[in-house]
Formats: sequence, C-alpha cells, structure tokens
Amino acid sequence: MARHIVASTSEIPRGGNKVVDVAGRDIVVFHVNGEFFALLNRCPHEGAPLEKAACVARLTSPEPGIYQRSRVGEMLRCPWHGWEFDMRNGQSWFDPKRVKIRSYPVAVERGEELQKGPYVAETFPVHVEDSYVIVEV
Amino acid sequence: MSEVIDRPLREDDKPAATRLRIVDCDVHPSLRSTDDLSEFLPKRWQQHLKEYGSHLRTPYLFTTPYPRSSPLIARRDAWPPTGGPPGSDLAFMQKQHLDPLDVEFGILQVLDLFIFSQQNLEFGAAIQRAINDWQLAFWSHRDPRLKASILVGQDGVDLAIAEIERCAKIGEYVQINVSPRANEPLGRRRYWPIYERAQELGLPLGIHVGGYGGHAPTGGGWPSYYVEEHQSNAHTIAAQLASLVIEGVPERFPKLKFVFIEGGFGWIPSAVWRMDQHFERFRSEVPHLKRKPSEYVREHFWFTTQPIDEPDEARHLRSLIEWVGIDRLLFSSDYPHWDFDDPRFAFKTPLTDAERKKIFSTNARAVYKF
Repeated sequence: MARHIVASTSEIPRGGNKVVDVAGRDIVVFHVNGEFFALLNRCPHEGAPLEKAACVARLTSPEPGIYQRSRVGEMLRCPWHGWEFDMRNGQSWFDPKRVKIRSYPVAVERGEELQKGPYVAETFPVHVEDSYVIVEV
Repeated sequence: MSEVIDRPLREDDKPAATRLRIVDCDVHPSLRSTDDLSEFLPKRWQQHLKEYGSHLRTPYLFTTPYPRSSPLIARRDAWPPTGGPPGSDLAFMQKQHLDPLDVEFGILQVLDLFIFSQQNLEFGAAIQRAINDWQLAFWSHRDPRLKASILVGQDGVDLAIAEIERCAKIGEYVQINVSPRANEPLGRRRYWPIYERAQELGLPLGIHVGGYGGHAPTGGGWPSYYVEEHQSNAHTIAAQLASLVIEGVPERFPKLKFVFIEGGFGWIPSAVWRMDQHFERFRSEVPHLKRKPSEYVREHFWFTTQPIDEPDEARHLRSLIEWVGIDRLLFSSDYPHWDFDDPRFAFKTPLTDAERKKIFSTNARAVYKF
C-alpha cells in the first residue's frame, strides 16, 4: 500500500468532497465534521458516481412513532437509487456482508511531518504550515 | 465491491465495433420553464395557465408529490450545470446519457404539467398539443435519436382524435400516449375510438405509469408512504392490462400494440396465469373473448424493463424474464429519474448475446418500426 497526498485539508469544506485519481482509481474523499473518508467513487449497485451522493444522518426507529437521528452526515445515500452506505467502512446498511463500497485508509498529517518523511507526492506542492489528507491505496 | 454481485458482461468491456447500441424506451425530457411552451400555446391558454394553472383531482393545493426520494424525483447527478431542472438541457442529456450509453434511439415520455390529469379537458388538450409540438422543436429536430410520442388525454375522446390526426399528418411520432389513471379503466368502450384510430395508423399505444386521477393509486385506498405508493405502479398497470384484455380490446383491434412503460414486469406471470385460470372457469361471462388472455398478452403487449426487479438470487430474475418472454421486454432507463436503470448493470443475471440484443434493441425496433 502506498500513501498518496490528495488534498490540503482546507481544500475540502465540511460536508463537501473531492474526487481524485489515485493509481488509476476514481476515489472520492469526503469531509464530515472534521474527519475525512475515502471511498471508490462508484456505487456497487449500478455504478452511480458517489461524489453526487447525499451525506445524510442515520435514521432509526425502535418502534413506529419513535425516530432517532444519529451519526449526522456520516451515511452516504447513493445519488440514483438511494442505497445507504456507512462512510466509515463502505458497508451498506441493508446487506453489510455482501454489498459494500471499497474504502481506503485516510490520514491527516502536518506539512512539516510530510516534508521529513518518504511520502511526499511529487505532483502536490506541500507547505509546512498546512495539513494534508493522505489516502492509502 | 462490484464482485459481490453477479452481473452480466459490461458492454464497455467489448470492442466498440461489436458494442450493442441500445433503444431506450423511457427518456424524460423536461420543460426548462413553461415559457418553453409560449410559442406553441395559444394566448388564451397561456393566460389560463398563469391565472388558474392545473385543476387536478387531488384534494389540496401543494399535494403534488415532489420531492419523492429526491427533488423532482431525479438522479442527484442529473441537474444540468447550466441550470434548469433535470432533463431540460439537451446538450447535458447527450453528454450524460445518450452518448456514453450508446443510445441509438430514445423515446421521449413527457410528464410535465400533469399532462394526463388535467380536469379541464380543453386546457389539457391545449397543453398536450403544445407539448407535442415542443417535443419535435426542442428535442427530435435537434437530435434525431430522440423520438416523440403523441400525448392525448383519453377522457376527451374527440379532442384526442383531433390531436392524433394533426400529429399523424406531421408523421414524426412513434406512438400515441394515453394515461393509466383516467376516469375509467382503459378497456372501456368510451376509449375505443382512440384505439381504432391507433390501429388504422399503425401506431402503438404507450401507457406510462403515473398521473393524479381521483382514484386512490391502490385498490386498498391512499398509501401513507412513498415506498408504499411506488408499489402501486405495478398494481395499476396490472389492472389496466386485465381491463384491456378482458373487455376485448385486442380481440376487437387485432393489429393494435400496447407498450406499458415503467410498470416493471415482475407481476406479469401471476397476472396472466390468473386471467387464464379464470377464463377457463368463467368463459360464459366473457364470450367475446375467443382466446386465452395470455395469448392476447403475448401478441399485443410489450413491457419496458425499468424498474427492474432485483431478487436475491440471479436465477430468479432469469426465470422471470423467461416467464414474461424475452420477446415482450423493451429496455428503458427512466433517465433522469432517481430509479434510473443503467443498461450495463441493471440486469443482474446472465443473458446471451441474442437475448440482450432483443431486449436492448430489436424488440423495440420491431414495435416502433425503426
């Protein structure tokens, strides 16, 4: 697995995303409440582009008439058929064992650390004062 | 990810020269705004549209059903970058849908302005006429892949016939569209003059789900949820299939073809089995039927594939397709709506090349005479 610098943290606003090409893969990086998640930019059902997905909350109901909203912004709702996926691991909510989006480890690191380490992407200018999103593929 | 689902060979895995070009029998263009119609709608009706708008049989203002799953029931990625609603920008439709999916022909299905549900029949007819002209001017003439339908409201039979005559003279339309949610079931005799004219002209009748008639969309009343209501598309179409067959429309009009659009096809085997069973038992109630209902269905009716059923086991979909008949199915995407089916991935069961060719192209070409 290689580490790829894909964005500066300021580049992806909260609730937003950025599509990146990493080693020939179309990957979408989401920013949710200060955390970043990287997923293959393709719904496993019929191939919809997940960059257009809605970032929604998990809505559950222990019994009719009682509704609980949790994990705001962490569920991905496919832009076509509305299939829901957990952004943290790509698992589908309805069939987590069989259907999932491929997800990739993400790290956020300071520019000064990256300049010292072996992982600086040649094509991405790194400034020591910034923080960067790193996807492992 | 994708390996977890059994799926057919991707079309784009094949060399371009052997790639199957598809006929998409359900593409929804939209008005960018009602101003699009101003050159086609007489001033008298423009004024009416502005002052009174739609008069439907739904009970309250703003009970129109958007958003249903998503704004304008559309794919979230189908909003044109130039603005306007999904389906309103030809260049974007070409770029997002027609070109990449290699659509050889796309059949337009217009739903704007509750076109089939207007209670003011003259206003309805004026809008239908305007939209019939708009389909040619804004779509077919700008992209010859896109084929227009003659939209008519069958509750105003005389107005419908006049519009069919007008459009037939123009000669560019591939079918006549009527509503599955009119005042009475489709098989009733009051609508037969439309069928008679369609048969004479050799045009299929397209029946796309939807509309807001005064009847509840299910036989059991008004549903509480969209998920619940979405099921009713299939019930409604099944009821209309039974009405047309049992009332004797195909018996009376032996050359007439019907295409049911967006009702899916999973319900067909059971509907046909039951009709045949009852026909054997109660033949004397319907002596005008000379043959088993299933025979009329197999000769007169076609069904578009979307929304495709997705059973847990691919072989069940395969059996279903065989029960309905490979020859009866016409591919449709429903672009740009949320439950769009992608022709490369929607059929999660293996089909032979010959079968794919029929469902994705030649069946539709035969029905619509491309």
